[in-house]
Amino acid sequence: MCTSAITSLRQNSGTKITALVVDDDTTIRVIHQRLLKNLGIENQVAKNGQEAVDIHSSGKYFDLIIMDMDMPILNGIEATKKLRAMGIHSMIAGVSSRSMEEEVQEFMEAGLDDYQEKPLTTAKLITILHKFSSA
Amino acid sequence: MAGVAQLQRQLVDYTASLFHEGFLDDQFNQLQQLQDESNPDFVVEVVSLFFEDSERLLNELAKSLEQQTIDFKRIDAHVHQLKGSSSSIGAQRVQRVCIAFRNFCDEKNVEGCQKCLQQVKHEYSLVKSKLETLFKLEQQILAAGGSIPFPM
Repeated sequence: MCTSAITSLRQNSGTKITALVVDDDTTIRVIHQRLLKNLGIENQVAKNGQEAVDIHSSGKYFDLIIMDMDMPILNGIEATKKLRAMGIHSMIAGVSSRSMEEEVQEFMEAGLDDYQEKPLTTAKLITILHKFSSA
Repeated sequence: MAGVAQLQRQLVDYTASLFHEGFLDDQFNQLQQLQDESNPDFVVEVVSLFFEDSERLLNELAKSLEQQTIDFKRIDAHVHQLKGSSSSIGAQRVQRVCIAFRNFCDEKNVEGCQKCLQQVKHEYSLVKSKLETLFKLEQQILAAGGSIPFPM
């Protein structure tokens, strides 16, 4: 199941898929990096929304951004809005432990393509990738 | 090699008891599945990061609750972070106390928050010592020339 999603992603992009993990929690960053790497996705990290914006300002581009919601300096909602305003068309998936509908709705409206509740698992990541490959 | 087989059985039983008693949930299995030959210490590394982070957060929480004027928003942010990291490693009982803790934060209930801090400290030290025992058992098996019976 995961192989087909990744194969079609690779066919679309022609190169290896890249991702950016945005989360202020060290433990979670390490787990998310490993989940992505396990599926063959090269990735980098940003410790908050501002770092994610700065990385993009420096000209970097990622196919997928895994965005936390509650972060210091710049939270996931504001960071997503800024990235979209900068013309970043990467797939942005919100991943947070928030489950209240209004909170998720606000995050989605900031410009997310998908939302998954923490903890992120291989199965949830594959769901995100399927949405990406069918977009 | 009877010693190894016995240790392996002990590890399987001990791990099962941690799930049975609710210390760990399926997310811990997820972590174990991410560990392979190219990353043989992944679980220990992630859990060590969790210990470091949790201890920092628990200290912050204790300090914040001692203040004359209590900043509930700050406390809630710390508890939210602890809830996220505990759920990510599968430390279910820590995560559950965090949920109750956040409710007391919403109500600005100082006593409730203090009680939850004691509970979360207790649950954290329990899961920490359980995981340390688990890792020690794994080390003993490896030292005796055996392999870890994964996934359980």
